[in-house]
Amino acid sequence: MLKQITFCLAASAFVLSASAVEAREQIRIVGSSTVYPFVTVAAEEFGNYSKFKTPIIEATGTGGGFKLFCSGIGEKYPDFSNASRAIKQSEIDRCAENDINEIAELKIGYDGIVLANSIAAEKFQLTKNQIFLALAKQVPLNGELVDNYYQKWNEVDPSLPDQKIEVYGPPPTSGTRDAFVELVLEPSCKDLPEFLAAIPDKKQRAKNCHLVREDGRYIEVGENDNLIVQKLIANKQALGIFGFSFLDENGATVQGSVIEGVEPSFENISSGSYGISRPLFVYVKNAHSGLIPGVKEFALELVSDNAIGEEGYLVEKGLIPLSEDDLDKTREAAAKIK
Amino acid sequence: MIKRTTKIAMKRAKKKKNPFKFKLGSSKKNQVHLARRHARERRFRVFGFSAIAASMIFLLVFFASIIADGYSAFTQAQLRIVVTFDQSLVEKGNYRKILQNSLKQQFPEAKGRKQRFMLYKLVSKGGVNSLRKLVDNNPQIIGETDQVWLPASSLIDMYVKGKTNNEVDESKRKIKDLQIKWLEELQANNSVRSVFNTAFFTNGDSREPEQAGILGSIMGSIFSIVVCMLISMSIGIGAAVYLEEFAPKNKLTDLIEVNINNLAAVPSIIFGLLALAIYLNFFGMPRSSSLVGGFALAMLVLPTIVIASRNALAAVPPSIRFAATALGATKVQVTLHHTIPYALPGILTGTILGVARALGETAPLLMIGMVAFVADVPTGILDPATSLPTQIYLWADSPELGFVEKTSACIIILLLILGIVNGTAAYIRKKFQYDW
Repeated sequence: MLKQITFCLAASAFVLSASAVEAREQIRIVGSSTVYPFVTVAAEEFGNYSKFKTPIIEATGTGGGFKLFCSGIGEKYPDFSNASRAIKQSEIDRCAENDINEIAELKIGYDGIVLANSIAAEKFQLTKNQIFLALAKQVPLNGELVDNYYQKWNEVDPSLPDQKIEVYGPPPTSGTRDAFVELVLEPSCKDLPEFLAAIPDKKQRAKNCHLVREDGRYIEVGENDNLIVQKLIANKQALGIFGFSFLDENGATVQGSVIEGVEPSFENISSGSYGISRPLFVYVKNAHSGLIPGVKEFALELVSDNAIGEEGYLVEKGLIPLSEDDLDKTREAAAKIK
Repeated sequence: MIKRTTKIAMKRAKKKKNPFKFKLGSSKKNQVHLARRHARERRFRVFGFSAIAASMIFLLVFFASIIADGYSAFTQAQLRIVVTFDQSLVEKGNYRKILQNSLKQQFPEAKGRKQRFMLYKLVSKGGVNSLRKLVDNNPQIIGETDQVWLPASSLIDMYVKGKTNNEVDESKRKIKDLQIKWLEELQANNSVRSVFNTAFFTNGDSREPEQAGILGSIMGSIFSIVVCMLISMSIGIGAAVYLEEFAPKNKLTDLIEVNINNLAAVPSIIFGLLALAIYLNFFGMPRSSSLVGGFALAMLVLPTIVIASRNALAAVPPSIRFAATALGATKVQVTLHHTIPYALPGILTGTILGVARALGETAPLLMIGMVAFVADVPTGILDPATSLPTQIYLWADSPELGFVEKTSACIIILLLILGIVNGTAAYIRKKFQYDW
């Protein structure tokens, strides 16, 4: 027994020392789970058609990604970070604390957020204000703020169907939820006189505007968009909130609601006329180019015509392409990486 | 059981001249009482039986739905395409162009960029690699034209398997009418077939469902389980033997025992956090590697192994130890030559059950980066890897329709492996267990 233990200790010590010497050969990427399905495709392509190894990608969420990304320079730390929002000042500061001063921001495209229901049900025509009234935690009533009392869609607006309000959506930890409340609930809410009167403090008001009702009308379904699609097929009464790429893939079973008179289609999101969309980013640590093989090459692959151009393979996967101007800016940023 | 107790009661009643306040068997009150007791017995049995039945039904529904979703992933549609191996293109290594040209030749009606793209999408991206392999294996094919079976894309695969909804408007679905028409043409020529999906067992992860395989995650699971077993068995059995056979019984060992039992109940994510803090941040071991995964899982199964091994050791009767000691064996000899061999089946069973648990864990691996897109199959314990359960987690979250069946198929494989592992444990227990 003792022999065995000493053998094991010796073996692990050997393995440890071996690991300390071995240099990292492949790129490491962390960050948003919304960007994950796109960057992984690019990584696979890069692994197949370049002399470099396939990058390793973890879906840690945007915030979690920056936390890892900004912890330092060196092999231990990731080279790229995916984000479904722009980097925050606090995150830039954190990076700067660890001597990461040069970060390239690559905007790779857009993602739309859709409210969809089963194709067997009637298609919804919604305005942002109606969605706010149906889903916010507090709504105005006779000049006062009350807990959301709407139970049916036609109570919100007579033009909507006589159906129970039932919406499946992501939990507060999700970037999709953040974007949804920011793009849909906040604009309808922040200038309502009832909110102005009840909560004078601007910061507090914004916070309250982001609250979603918790009485079972809005149902959190984890961060798995596939699960929401499955639930919509089973429950024809319900609506679901998820990313456009899932609508694109499941167009045969679910349909996206029309928001403010605009269909959630590829063209409408791309042109900006569909109201609920956000940019997707990939951030690169300049200091790692030269340290890890292939960093610059992968950044260039990501912004290539082959990937994010009008008919690129990422666009094929449901990424909404950038406008010409934005594309030029992104390419410029990628070209600057040393 | 109930009959026996009634009999005893009757005997007693006869002996003691009816100690009960009623006459046995004849009193109406007694009959009601007896009937009630029998009814209670029946009810109890029905409850027990329905509990078993309910769990069996859950299990059956679970298996049935997984298998119904997943069995189709073991086949893959292939298309027979007439390929011209153009010499100059082969020399340039541009197999993609070879494939595209061949498709264009076979379906000359595809006009314009958009239609051609639709045409290229019939065949999997992996078809390019198949062609490359074909040429590498028989170079005499260069310059020739031959019929080649190539894997269909996931889109076509799903259509052939009947998993797409073709009723809805063309703009709402991924597969277009033109593609269906081409496919029907191929079907009419007997140029569509369904074969065993070997790629599923020989490929690593991929974002194209038809190319995604489980070899990478299986290798990751094997590597981390081997590391986990090496560490947890040596430390766990060592700790158990010392605690059971050598350690003095005092407050300190009591405290250790309580702590080990506590550790067995600690949520697995905490071991992940611990592994992140110690192995990754302190020792700087490589993130996502099965080495770290094995270390994290070892911490998870250690308490189970220690407890199981201690129980097995404690079950060896003291007479064995006394007899060996009486013959002049030292304490170490008693333990190594007698106690451990008798306890070994129990120790192994506990270890295997611990390993089965480790095989199915995701939470500790989440924190150390083993939930990641890793396309290359790992070749050693230092390579980045995933494991079977984390692969399931990743696929379940993918938007592509083709991943639904892959997820279920991966679950089937994991269940099979777990079944084999647990079966081995049961076999060892049955075969070698010593009944005192």
